Amino acid sequence: MTLIDLANPTRFLALTARLLPWLAAATVILLAIGLYQSALAPDDYQQGATVKIMFIHVPNAWLSMFVWGVMSIASLGTLVWRHPLADVAAKAAAPIGASFTFLALLTGSLWGRPMWGTYWEWDARLTSVLILFLMYLGLMALWRAVDDPSRAARAAAVLTLVGAINLPIIKFSVDWWNTLHQPASVMRMGGSTLDKSFLIPLLVMAIAFTLLFVTLHLAAMRNEILRRRVRSLQMMQASRVAFSSAGPREGSASNEVGAA
Amino acid sequence: MSLGPYASFIVTSYAAAALVVVILIFWIVLDHRNQTRRLRELDRSGITRRSGRGAMDAS
Repeated sequence: MTLIDLANPTRFLALTARLLPWLAAATVILLAIGLYQSALAPDDYQQGATVKIMFIHVPNAWLSMFVWGVMSIASLGTLVWRHPLADVAAKAAAPIGASFTFLALLTGSLWGRPMWGTYWEWDARLTSVLILFLMYLGLMALWRAVDDPSRAARAAAVLTLVGAINLPIIKFSVDWWNTLHQPASVMRMGGSTLDKSFLIPLLVMAIAFTLLFVTLHLAAMRNEILRRRVRSLQMMQASRVAFSSAGPREGSASNEVGAA
Repeated sequence: MSLGPYASFIVTSYAAAALVVVILIFWIVLDHRNQTRRLRELDRSGITRRSGRGAMDAS
């Protein structure tokens, strides 16, 4: 099975129908293990039990950027390779990415209030993630604003690739500017500064949320393919109705076109 | 397991994450049902794909 084989939507639907139950089961099992480990994780010597918010805040924050990365690759697929499923993948990922970004902002805010003394601060990390959230919403609005999916796909692909410039800004904002948000403590040169008792549950939750994204994304892509089938069949139905109601006049019109 | 003086912040964070994930799952399941129902209706009214396959093939 190659990427070219998956270019056929019917084959994609058949493959994902077999794959989705396994992915869903793996997601549920990993989430259960991750939540159990998070509950058993010790309190932090400074933050106390609020460190438990990290186990859902960090995976959502990582995924908010990862999903935009997936959409950027899909956008290249739309603009460069014209892969038939590329814009389906990009469109289906946007609401899921927006949800993860919303959760990253909300849980970060709920973590910030007891630790920083404020729900919100206009620092570089928080502001750049808020911009990412607004870009997700803008992209979803763009998809809804244009009726023809192929025309919307190209505009959305350009916007997604332009928006990808925000990803390194989010990642390095804590190094480039003096922020209230702490610097990277897991993905950094020299290794993680987190103790294993926090790091292992965090990584399990991160893998579980990534699997959750893959499962939801494949399911949403299937829906998008079906939606496009409905649209094309409805257009076919409408043209048949128009053709039959036009009657003999239509016949003479087509003769005229033929003669022309 | 004691969550300390900030238990409400921790519980709200987990509850919000669970709620958003459940909403996402419901939205995707309902959307799938909606699209398959519309395809079935089109199939019944005799509208089929150009390939000659039923609209519901492999879905």
